[in-house]
Amino acid sequence: MKEKILIIGGGAAGMEAASQLYKMGLHPVIIEKSEALGGHIAQWDRLFPAFHPAKDVVEKMLDDVKGVDVRLETEVVDIQRDNNGFHAVLSNNEKLDVQAVVLATGFDVFKAERKQEYGYGIYNNVITNAELEQFFRTGKDERINHPKRIGFVHCVGARDVKVCNTYCSKVCCATALKQACEVKEVFPDAEVYTFYMDLRMFGPGYEDLYLKTQKDFDVKCVRGRVCEVSENMDGKLVIKAEDTLFGKPLKMTLDLLVLMCSMEKNKSINAIQQKLGVADNSDGFMQSKDTYLGMNETAQEGVFVAGACTAPKSLPDTIAEARAVAVEVFNYINR
Amino acid sequence: MDFGFSLSPSSHVKMDDVDLSTFNRLKETNPDINTCIACGSCNATCTAGQFTEMSFRRILLMLQRGKEDEAKKMIQRCMLCGKCTLVCPRGINIRRLLLDITR
Repeated sequence: MKEKILIIGGGAAGMEAASQLYKMGLHPVIIEKSEALGGHIAQWDRLFPAFHPAKDVVEKMLDDVKGVDVRLETEVVDIQRDNNGFHAVLSNNEKLDVQAVVLATGFDVFKAERKQEYGYGIYNNVITNAELEQFFRTGKDERINHPKRIGFVHCVGARDVKVCNTYCSKVCCATALKQACEVKEVFPDAEVYTFYMDLRMFGPGYEDLYLKTQKDFDVKCVRGRVCEVSENMDGKLVIKAEDTLFGKPLKMTLDLLVLMCSMEKNKSINAIQQKLGVADNSDGFMQSKDTYLGMNETAQEGVFVAGACTAPKSLPDTIAEARAVAVEVFNYINR
Repeated sequence: MDFGFSLSPSSHVKMDDVDLSTFNRLKETNPDINTCIACGSCNATCTAGQFTEMSFRRILLMLQRGKEDEAKKMIQRCMLCGKCTLVCPRGINIRRLLLDITR
């Protein structure tokens, strides 16, 4: 009998870990709460830094999990462990006995309403990065109506003690610049401004993406955090920020404001995470066993983590971790 | 002999001579001040900053660059409304700091 591995979450991390474990001759079972595999990445249109269609990546990953045991629209409702392994109860009343558990539960997008000063949910023309991506994918969003001037706010729900998120969310800088180019493609006459503190273009090809925004798309980057958004008589947005490089406060009207919302741990797994004895770290994500050599292990033997459940991560980071976790699980099973 | 030429004083910040005692005193009671990322939120929302050169972000820098007199002059523009403290993403108690600097 093949050893079963429970993989909670059918996004990029869960799918990649499952496909690798399957190739290793083990029996991974993916538990996905939504009606389809793919996670957040399936909701995305194109990927930074090279504008690669997300669909291509998702399709390839779906191809790789053919033959893998998958339960859709299913959640783990209870899990116990004894000397023989883990015993999980699923929301469809199925009972699963497994040898190891991989938490690949990913992230939630920061709820923009929590930064009330940005007016999300109050003013019609304030949208989130995820919603803009949806617009690129479907071409539909009533709030986006031939904007002439568009602003992007970086670090919404990140590096901000007021919402208890002191960490950098890592992918928003590159996403903002990617989306700034794309919005110029859709509305070539529009002026696009981004409001940043630091542009963290750390990855391969990311600095090229930045240069592209300057040379090919004329995206204007202002160094300063937007601190207030209001609406004027014409229904346009009025934003305030400081242009810190110029050293003066700045005021500007915009037709559309895009909030670059951060990643937070997907909290819907909290109860199961607690039952497994996996703690949170100071950023509210899951605590790995070690920052360097135990990124995919937890303090609990047999319980592993991969992807954005431990910190904000890009897609390549997540895939690398998913492959790494497969090796960890394989070694654990053959210990 | 006066040829009509003169030397301009150097505009360098002379880091070797900077007196950090005020900044260090503030750090003891307000350890958060080193977490400032110079995002400018304090200045963008500042009531006084709309009409004057007042900028808390710059005051912090002045104190670290030997320009304490300039900093104290700038603080006189502050009306202590506290909006800067509300918007600061690093949770720095700016209003209290401004009071502490002048103490």
